[in-house]
Amino acid sequence: MKLRMLAHSRAGDKGNTSNISVIAYDPKDYEHLCHYVTAARVKDHFQGLVQGDVIRYELPKLGALNFVLFDALGGGVTRSLALDAHGKSLSSAMLELEIPDPPARHETISV
Amino acid sequence: MKTIRIGAGAGYSGDRIEPAVELAEQGALHYLVFECLAERTIALAQQAKRQHPESGYDPLLEARLRAVLPACRAKGIKVITNMGAANPEAAVRKAAAIARSLGLAGLKIAAITGDDVLTAVQRGHYRLEETGDLVADLANRIISANAYLGVAPIVAALAAGAELVITGRVADPALFLAPLIHEFGWAMDDWDRLGQGTVVGHLLECAGQITGGYFADPGFKDVANLARLGFPIGEVNEQGDLIVTKVAGSGGQVTSATCKEQLLYEIHDPNAYFQPDVVADFSQVTVEELARDRVRVTGGRGKPKTGALKVSIGYVDGYIGEGQLSYAGAGARARGQLALDIVRERLQLTQVQMHESHFDLIGLNALHGTERITETEPYEVRLRVVGRTTSLAEAIRIGNEVETLYTNGPAGGGGAFKAAREVLAVQSVLLPEALVQPSIQFTEA
Repeated sequence: MKLRMLAHSRAGDKGNTSNISVIAYDPKDYEHLCHYVTAARVKDHFQGLVQGDVIRYELPKLGALNFVLFDALGGGVTRSLALDAHGKSLSSAMLELEIPDPPARHETISV
Repeated sequence: MKTIRIGAGAGYSGDRIEPAVELAEQGALHYLVFECLAERTIALAQQAKRQHPESGYDPLLEARLRAVLPACRAKGIKVITNMGAANPEAAVRKAAAIARSLGLAGLKIAAITGDDVLTAVQRGHYRLEETGDLVADLANRIISANAYLGVAPIVAALAAGAELVITGRVADPALFLAPLIHEFGWAMDDWDRLGQGTVVGHLLECAGQITGGYFADPGFKDVANLARLGFPIGEVNEQGDLIVTKVAGSGGQVTSATCKEQLLYEIHDPNAYFQPDVVADFSQVTVEELARDRVRVTGGRGKPKTGALKVSIGYVDGYIGEGQLSYAGAGARARGQLALDIVRERLQLTQVQMHESHFDLIGLNALHGTERITETEPYEVRLRVVGRTTSLAEAIRIGNEVETLYTNGPAGGGGAFKAAREVLAVQSVLLPEALVQPSIQFTEA
């Protein structure tokens, strides 16, 4: 499934660095996201767009991950030639990431 | 326990004005804060000031103050803003004239200056954080250098009775942290309180971005009434505990999800968010929905400040020229691609020197490149050619070459647009805070 089914996201900019949050709609999915939305996967996903390293920070109390993507904004917001110089739309690219379905949860089913 | 209510009246310089009026009239506020300075704004304002010495402050200052000052004065709401940009003194003179014309004589206004550190930066041996180049190498291309000031001059202005505080460059969260320190008497080495106060400022400074703006995604994250989006109110107690809310009946929503998105907005390491007065730690923050549009945010902490201030350096960095043209219907993508190839060849034939360029098809690959594309035949595409040049004349020729596609290019190209502009780029250096001397000037309307 696409990451969009389990998480929401917001992108921010500082100079030539973008940060993109990935926030579980349901905190129960946080561990699943930690397992599959790794810095390496994100770096690979943004191939061609992001030239530099990708660092991941974990925020278990929020059920959220924060990705910092270096050399990601065409030399920086103020000088970039990109249509979206701030990289605001990168959050939507993040949510296109394909991840496995989360494990089925054991819920009581009344018949 | 004493509680202070702070409203955020703007999240950027061009923001909507009515939500600020709504806050002033119905928000039961103690403070109304307007954060209006983006990275590059102050460099642009500095250029304006060089042309006209009484300009260089926010172009919407008059409209905003006219809209909110009557209600703020009547209700005793103090206003704090960085709309002074490159010229807080001129902004204060303007604000005083506005206050008098509104019948608000006697309004105490403070101008905070000292963020302009161009001389200090040029005198020293500083390297740009982003590229490692020496500031001195920018030579006469440098336009501005402004340090992100901390809370101290704002706190002092409030203590002296200012009802309107107009600053230039100040760390955005400091606009909110300052009134908390003034009201609650927090010590300047109470790092955890300063850290939680930074959480307050960080969450509120982008105004509508925490009340449902920059958030909606139909079917996944639905938000009602964004055309009437309400701006946020932060209720803060002496411990720094924050409740984010908004005026009842306004559009948008305050939820755990909106607060989490904004908490991480423009944050790198959540354990170390560098501010002039504290290194804030957001890693242990929790959010809790108390009721509809009432979310409690607690757990911000802090570590001692570094003693260095970030300085934004604005400088002229060449020119950008751009042209656009649209194609639609069957074969739109192929005609757009043909048009791109033609422009590329024309720019070579006519020897336009571009240091860097983009040849995009909007609707296909302009935002995220080609790597992630699954849809390949959009109904319409918009060609976009943009390049960086050394001279304005060359930048103009890029748009011109796109425009000539009208009569020389593929069939059915419509809606040409062209532009050329000087680029004002921004990089940063770190400056020892001892080299920065903020000052306050008081004026009575």
